[in-house]
Amino acid sequence: MSILIYGIVNSLILALFAVGFTLVYGVSRLPNFAHGALYILTGFVTWTFLNSLGLPYALSIVLSLIITASVGAVIYRLILIRVRGMEASEIIASFAIGLAIMEGLRWSGFGGGFYAVPPFIDRVVHIGGVPIDSQRLIIVGVALVVVALLWLFTHYTKMGLALRAIAQHERAAMMLGIDSDLTAIVSLALGSALAGLAAVAILPLGLITVETGYSVLVYAIAVCIIGGLGSWPGAVIGAFVLGFAQILTVRFIGPQWQMVVIFVAIIVVLLVRPSGLFGKQKELEERV
Amino acid sequence: MSKEAILRVRGVSKSFGGVKAVDNVSFDLAKGEILGIIGPNGSGKTTLINLITGFVKKDSGEVFFKDRNISKLPPHRIADLGVTRTFQIMRPYYTLPAFKNLIVPLYSPRARRGAGGGLGDRDAVAIDLLEEVGFERDAYVPYKLASALPLGYLKRLELSRCLALKPEVVIGDEVFSGLSMSEIASMVRLMEKLQMRGITLIMVEHRLRELFLLANRVMVMNFGKKIAEGVPGEVMGSKEVREAYLGIEEG
Amino acid sequence: MQLTTRRKERLDRGIKVRTSGIYGVSSLREIAYLVTPRAILIVGLLILPLVLPNMYWQRVICITGIFALLALVFDFLADYVGIISLGGALYVGVGGYVAGVCNSSLGLSPALTIPIATLAGAVICTLLLLPCLPLRGIYFAIITLMYPLVLPRIIEALGIFGGTEGMAALSTFPNIWVSQYLIIGAILVALFSLRRLVNTDMGLVLHGIKDNDQAVRASGMNITWYKARAVFIASAIGCFAGAYLTHLYGWVGMSLFGLDFSILPIAAFVLGGPGTLVGPVIGAFILTPLSEALRAFGSLRIVAYCIILVGFIVFRPEGLMKFLQRKYHQFERWGEV
Repeated sequence: MSILIYGIVNSLILALFAVGFTLVYGVSRLPNFAHGALYILTGFVTWTFLNSLGLPYALSIVLSLIITASVGAVIYRLILIRVRGMEASEIIASFAIGLAIMEGLRWSGFGGGFYAVPPFIDRVVHIGGVPIDSQRLIIVGVALVVVALLWLFTHYTKMGLALRAIAQHERAAMMLGIDSDLTAIVSLALGSALAGLAAVAILPLGLITVETGYSVLVYAIAVCIIGGLGSWPGAVIGAFVLGFAQILTVRFIGPQWQMVVIFVAIIVVLLVRPSGLFGKQKELEERV
Repeated sequence: MSKEAILRVRGVSKSFGGVKAVDNVSFDLAKGEILGIIGPNGSGKTTLINLITGFVKKDSGEVFFKDRNISKLPPHRIADLGVTRTFQIMRPYYTLPAFKNLIVPLYSPRARRGAGGGLGDRDAVAIDLLEEVGFERDAYVPYKLASALPLGYLKRLELSRCLALKPEVVIGDEVFSGLSMSEIASMVRLMEKLQMRGITLIMVEHRLRELFLLANRVMVMNFGKKIAEGVPGEVMGSKEVREAYLGIEEG
Repeated sequence: MQLTTRRKERLDRGIKVRTSGIYGVSSLREIAYLVTPRAILIVGLLILPLVLPNMYWQRVICITGIFALLALVFDFLADYVGIISLGGALYVGVGGYVAGVCNSSLGLSPALTIPIATLAGAVICTLLLLPCLPLRGIYFAIITLMYPLVLPRIIEALGIFGGTEGMAALSTFPNIWVSQYLIIGAILVALFSLRRLVNTDMGLVLHGIKDNDQAVRASGMNITWYKARAVFIASAIGCFAGAYLTHLYGWVGMSLFGLDFSILPIAAFVLGGPGTLVGPVIGAFILTPLSEALRAFGSLRIVAYCIILVGFIVFRPEGLMKFLQRKYHQFERWGEV
């Protein structure tokens, strides 16, 4: 039973990691390797607002989300827009930017493991006889709300529909007057904000370290590969597959093998079904 | 037909999303013949080529080459067996001379087997090959950069890429498109020459008049289905074919 | 109203035109024109250890050599085969550990461990990368990025190969001169071999795979097999660098999988000139001493490389080498249109 509960929580955590990445890739076909950096950037900014400036928690969160979203948009507007289309350069450039952010944070003194943001509510609840802290429940709530809001956004708002249009068929959408650069900026801002949202929900569980940034990037990409790059249901399913796999491994084999599970899962998927469970693009087929 | 079938296509289908690009197509290709495949734009002709040559996975159906089931083979294995195809959108190495473009296919296992082991001087073989398809050696045309060649020569370069493999079947994807009248005439002569050498050809075309000069038989596609097959004269007389082509001029 | 405008034209220098093809050997001056850049490179590299003032700089050369090899490998894979391998650290780590294990458990000397590590490491790396070879570039990039992050965790988890502390007290090179000339020799050998490879027919096939892989497939060649061979060669060079590093310091540990080995070669590649093979090597020679000098600044170094990298990718994607080549071969003038 506890496996079930923790499995769900873990899966939703992974889903939250991945949702920002998959949004940016799905809409603009940009692999945003700065995703992990944006995640912990939000964490550290929130911490700074909270501790150095003494702002109330809720305000810190909102402000840091806005900052992260802006950083994402700026990254696109200044840099990524110039290397759009050259896959190699996109990866290298976004990775370098992410790296610059993370190592820059490390250099500014955020290196050690001494930083943490407090949980929203500090209580333990019992569900089905299993103790679980309320922060984890909040994560579940946040994840569900995010999914619902995103669904509403992309189905009922003009901008959301524009994003979906570009995701499905860029040329056709452009012919209808939708500006692909504008949607890219929006998607990057949104994707970064989602990374930040994941951070504020999840970081209270532990410490904020720079290494987390790298891990989050790897997890996000792993989930997307397993579920299929660019596919929404895929990202969610992928997160669950991976989430439960991790929990089961930790429970029955040992906690140090967590990362290894991810990696084995990716290799297996790449060998068996490279486009992922729900991948829309068949990888090397259908290009002629 | 008394001639043996070198290629047999049975019930091949492929859908993209909800659209059936190729719908249950079957036909036989007799050895040594030229089969034309025609049909309006979007009728699935190029997809059919992709399915036969392994570039796209079929949803269903099978393809046999000389009694061997090649349905599940990857494209390089199918080419290795002798079934080659040209690409409509050509991307030669523009910064290299024309003959250098043939080095890659001449490096392939099939080309090397055909020459009994090593190929010796690949450059010389490439130039000979180009001469056969009409690149005038005396005018040093094979040495010209690919970027300096007019379309007619580029199309022939693309064909020679297939010929470097000493193929048994060549599937040409719109080799006539974009060419001037005189270029088409020399291309027709080239095709005849290939047929005389024993190569079986499938030609997917839009230019019906020239195709009918060459093709022994013709197959018509529309909306992914085969709607007619036979000698050019009877096929063009059929009602469905006329309806499919309504609005498109016949060259 | 002026109807003519001026524009900048670039024309090949007279001497370049005169030296193309066979005409290059027609006079001493022309031979000099062709040979000089290469001569400068070779001679420069060979005398470098001799002119350096002290031990510190000589050590720097050794490290630079490692990064130069990695940058070379990245360029080869990226521009001549079309594969982006983001994790140079993978080769270094695998090569380093194989050498370390051979040395400590089997007691073999560096003269043996290095060749063994080069070959065995290449086999291991190629096998590890095999699943993503048939796939698009982005998958390869992700996997190569991931391996250096995951493999150290495995080592840590299993506690093998010395776990988090690594293995120490391994053999080192007899003296600093051997270290330097070994790596410089390796760079020259690798550089010239890759250049020759790229100009052979097989090199053309690899280039074809990068440009138009459907056509290569249609010509009956198995792309994955060719990519595998290219990766084998590249990882052999990288593993050599890793093995060399192990014996340079006599120590191997998880830091061999560090990010430095992945990011600096890429920065050197972008700075030095993508696609020129020699450009990234020069880029490494510029960036590594800089990085060593900045060691005091800790993580700021990495921030600096990243900024330089992004700057170059965005503003000067042709890199340093192409710029220099252009200046050497062509001159500019303002012409009237």
